[in-house]
Amino acid sequence: MPNSVKFPSSCLADNVEHEGNLAQKPLSALSWPRPSQVKLVVHKLSAGFPSPAADYAEDELDLNEYLIRNKPATFLFTVKGDSMIEAGILSADKVVVDRSLIAQHRDIVVAVVGGDYTLKFFHRQAGVIQLHSANPRYPPICFSQDDELQLWGVVVGVVRRLKSGV
Amino acid sequence: MLGPQFALVDVNNFYVSCERVFQPRLQCVPMVVLSNNDGCAVARSNEVKALGVKMGTPWFKMQDLAREHGILAFSSNYTLYADMSNRVVSVLRAFSPDLEVYSIDESFLRVDRVAHLHGGACAMGQCMRERVALWTGLPVCVGVGPTKTLAKLANHLAKKNAVFNGVCDLNDMTRAERVEWMSKIAVSEVWGVGRRLTQRLDLLGIHTVLDLRRANPMDIRTHFGVVLERTCQELRGVSCLSLEAMAPAKKQIIASRSFGGAIENKAQLLEALSSHVARAAEKLREQKSLCAALQVFLQTNRFKPNEPQYNPAVLVPLMEPTDDTLKLTRAASSALTQIFKMGYRYKKTGVMFCGLTQASQRQESLFESNLEKDRSTRLMGTVDRINQHFGSGTIQSAACGVSQKAWQMRSNNRSSRYTTCWMELPVVS
Repeated sequence: MPNSVKFPSSCLADNVEHEGNLAQKPLSALSWPRPSQVKLVVHKLSAGFPSPAADYAEDELDLNEYLIRNKPATFLFTVKGDSMIEAGILSADKVVVDRSLIAQHRDIVVAVVGGDYTLKFFHRQAGVIQLHSANPRYPPICFSQDDELQLWGVVVGVVRRLKSGV
Repeated sequence: MLGPQFALVDVNNFYVSCERVFQPRLQCVPMVVLSNNDGCAVARSNEVKALGVKMGTPWFKMQDLAREHGILAFSSNYTLYADMSNRVVSVLRAFSPDLEVYSIDESFLRVDRVAHLHGGACAMGQCMRERVALWTGLPVCVGVGPTKTLAKLANHLAKKNAVFNGVCDLNDMTRAERVEWMSKIAVSEVWGVGRRLTQRLDLLGIHTVLDLRRANPMDIRTHFGVVLERTCQELRGVSCLSLEAMAPAKKQIIASRSFGGAIENKAQLLEALSSHVARAAEKLREQKSLCAALQVFLQTNRFKPNEPQYNPAVLVPLMEPTDDTLKLTRAASSALTQIFKMGYRYKKTGVMFCGLTQASQRQESLFESNLEKDRSTRLMGTVDRINQHFGSGTIQSAACGVSQKAWQMRSNNRSSRYTTCWMELPVVS
């Protein structure tokens, strides 16, 4: 305790016994300055029964934990447009992208086409690579072996806030 | 393997590489990242290096070259760089439990006890390179050697010579090969050998790394002192420097910045100064120190010699060591009043905290009650937590000002904070 009151050793009884040896008379306890502050020691005492659930308490649910497997490799993007609408990804959604995963057939990926990011289904069948939208209005993009397709990462989650929640 | 082995992992053209991760179009475009206030080039892409642009070249001097070659310039985006740096470090931590973050783009790792898991240090280096590239999109080079100084040298080799494919392990070379490489590298490339030392070494006939390695360490000690002797020993493979897992607490903390434009009035100077104090005090509390005195300084623009020059500084002792932003701001404000003079166009102000002591060793005070101290500790703790949670500057002392700040840094072409700000995420369509 920072404010516990300490008496000078000269006030203690065993020093008084040696009074004869001291050049100065010991101070009496009363003459010692009173402490400027007095603090209450506050302890929480639980009255009544301990909670029967205490032993079963667990951490709160954490959305990061649910959505992110590999933190240093995970990035978020904002979706714009309707090309993945039939896969349930809408404009303004946030997608969770993991760079550490190798894209498998039918994964949703973020790819770089013509210097722009695009969100598509990754198709690889019989050595042919295609990027498919989830919207019949957009035709698939085909890649011959020579074209270099740059995959930025694999989409592992979608996050959307609804109006009422904002 | 006998003795320690160190790896130095370093991100190539770090700031430029961070920008390119999020803007694929920039991949082969010549570009630079500029220092605070868009002054000088602090990072250059390989294309720009090939044009002969040196580190620290002022942007205004590159205008003609920039127009001719289409060089793009970006303001520095430290929020992004810090986040990417943390990601690289967490990828590397999985490789070795002994890691020292040496700078924003360099880390030392002890690899002797773990390299066998990957089939040797060189294979481990390639594995680190691949994983950092895949997970973060950043290119790194790895240098391995029996001392930190040699690891740094190996990293230099890996970066400059394509034969190494980004990873250079000095142990994989024959003695003759090592001698050959060391005779080709200027002594100025050695870790800790700056420009002044290089000039003095030159006079003694020490021009290359090999020359310094072959010098007698005792002679080096008499001429240059123990620090360079240690470097000399390290070049010979005697490890003198160990990893510093925890950065030692700083003995001084400085916060200062040039203004976007010149400032003449005291109120604006005080705003700038107060936010420097707040930033420095945050660092002070982070390292759990108290500050016993602070120095405040003002500077006019020394690059404009035709304007009147005035560069005062004053040291103000505090009644007792503190880490309280409000008390420090009050002290800084009174210091400013002491040195401020009308009629000058100021370019920079700053504050330096001196006489730092550990907060745990705080002396009981004669003049301040413990109640007051507790209150201050709780208030500062709360402010720090709020600012950590909601972004820096969410809560600040009113002295920092609330209006549009004329003194703030110029950063006209900063990219988005792609990884830390909901409004600035990259867009995919």
